[in-house]
Amino acid sequence: MMTSPAASTVPALLEVDDLVKHFPIKAGLFGKPSAVVKAVDGVTFQVAAGETLGIVGESGCGKSTTARLLMHLITPTSGALRYMGAPVGTMAMPLKAFRRQVQMVFQDSYASLNPRLTIEDSIAFGPKVHGVSTSDSIGRARRLLDRVGLDPIRFAGRYPHELSGGQRQRVNIARALALEPSVLILDEAVSALDKSVEAQVLNLLLDLKDEFGLTYLFISHDLEVVRFMSSRVLVMYLGKVAEVGPTESLYNSSAHPYTTALLGSMLSMDPDHRRTAAPLAGDPPNPINPPSGCRFHTRCDFSAALCSTREPGLTAVTALHSAACHMADPASGHPGKSSATAAKRVVST
Amino acid sequence: MSGPILAIENLSVTFTGGAKPVRAVNGVDLHVDRGETVALLGESGSGKSVTLRSILRLHDAKKTRIDGRILVDDVDVVSLQGQALSDFRGKHVSMIFQEPMLALDPVYTVGQQIIEAIRRHELVSAKEAHGRALALFERVRIPSPERRLEAYPHEMSGGMRQRAMIALALSCSPRILLADEPTTALDATVQVQILLLLRELQQDLGLSMIFVTHDIGVGVEVADRIAVMYAGRIVEIGPVRDVIRAPRHPYTVALLSTRANGGRLTGRRLPVISGNPPNLAELPPGCAFAPRCSKAIDICRVSAPQSQALSAQHSAACHRATE
Repeated sequence: MMTSPAASTVPALLEVDDLVKHFPIKAGLFGKPSAVVKAVDGVTFQVAAGETLGIVGESGCGKSTTARLLMHLITPTSGALRYMGAPVGTMAMPLKAFRRQVQMVFQDSYASLNPRLTIEDSIAFGPKVHGVSTSDSIGRARRLLDRVGLDPIRFAGRYPHELSGGQRQRVNIARALALEPSVLILDEAVSALDKSVEAQVLNLLLDLKDEFGLTYLFISHDLEVVRFMSSRVLVMYLGKVAEVGPTESLYNSSAHPYTTALLGSMLSMDPDHRRTAAPLAGDPPNPINPPSGCRFHTRCDFSAALCSTREPGLTAVTALHSAACHMADPASGHPGKSSATAAKRVVST
Repeated sequence: MSGPILAIENLSVTFTGGAKPVRAVNGVDLHVDRGETVALLGESGSGKSVTLRSILRLHDAKKTRIDGRILVDDVDVVSLQGQALSDFRGKHVSMIFQEPMLALDPVYTVGQQIIEAIRRHELVSAKEAHGRALALFERVRIPSPERRLEAYPHEMSGGMRQRAMIALALSCSPRILLADEPTTALDATVQVQILLLLRELQQDLGLSMIFVTHDIGVGVEVADRIAVMYAGRIVEIGPVRDVIRAPRHPYTVALLSTRANGGRLTGRRLPVISGNPPNLAELPPGCAFAPRCSKAIDICRVSAPQSQALSAQHSAACHRATE
């Protein structure tokens, strides 16, 4: 079921190459940039057709900025994006054509719908912009409403405020599908929903994926949901890729200490084995002044001298699984997990 | 001094500000023992936060009708007025919120706010209050506490702000701490830290705690007992182990099964609860969960089920709970 980008010679559906986004912070009288937020700082990954790539990380790790960069909602500072081998934003793949292929669903179901348009008009708006006739667009909107579980006879003429959060998110999914895209970027698309409604929307997303042969980029902070949805998972930390690999491989044998800590922070769900220690102390550092070397070294149990000076690159752990950690690279000179550095760990809540 | 520190008896809260009265809480009975933590678990609109806020009477009195009794150490909170209510808040019962940025005043330093709270309730010098604020900051493990007392809320990270708010809530040594989703806005690695901190403080200080959450996992992590709420009622309550391992109300059963339990279900579809939570302005007669319940029978649609004891501490409000 999962196609591996490494094993196939066909170009990946979506390729992201050394993507960088720095936000200057303006301050002072003449608005000269005084500092830079390195929101995304050299991110490279591929998305294969038909897979679901989960992206996880804490706030400020750059996962949502990455999503917005992919959609060209913000302009990258540098880096390249290719769709089916064609560089996006060039003659080979103009932005408008690209946006037909890649659509996005946001977290806030209300803010992402025009409050003055009926949901039917909202869904039909995209196709109309792309040259589909009004009656065909409306027909498509009604079919999609039906498909996402909202009876068009009852719902087509309603306004966003007349719907519940779960229903609105169904509308957003229908709207994203109205252009018949091949990739859907789901940026915390179920995070604002109640658990009982979340399950309904997740099931819908799985059904739609099978039916329309979609490829998903599933961004979430919820590790349970990401595990359930994704065939591969990418972990981000302070604008960098920390680890990427097939879901079960990553969840069962994580190679980056940050991934291990993140997984160790999942709640136990077992009253007899409650968490007794927090895997990490403190908050993630500020992306304005990220730590030198490996960005995780300030919170890492295993950090050695070289971690604060040299930045680790992504190193393959297995064919499809790689981690940006000196410990994953035997040639790095890192003394390894057994070293005395682990002893300095202070259990702090 | 025995018996529960907090007893809520037949509490109903109706918001009358809109076109139709909204019945947010419909007859909640709950008691919390000294040193006990109870988690109120429910989805949005279940009445969990409204119940919690009623204990401090935080709702606009002009637009809210509160019926029933809320007894804190045998004082009925519902009848408190004016000065007595202000004295009660923070001193006996205090609260922490989901978004500390909104709960803290942005134009005063965190230290000033804690000192003000202490001096509002106790006759102490500014210097003494400052010393206590410092001790509180150390207690909630804020690094370089002396310097952090001088910080404004926006200068702190999310986890740090939440610690500062906990320090503020504990500043007058309350006996009961109310927590309204205090970790929901936090990252996973920070959430665990705050949950462990709250659990430790609760044990060390002998606090009684009511912990409102929508996340079963959080409830399991902190609570002695879990009360599951739906449409303004407690539908099931019992010790954590009983509720998690042997849920008896169909809503609790469904809620536990809708969790995306990671790898165990990958590729399959999740069990779902069909439909949406009810409109609180138009509650159905009978059991509010009946329209979504797979086990509903005729009686469920006409009469509201009473709470039925399943064991000494475990009970469920379902006509079919004892089957």
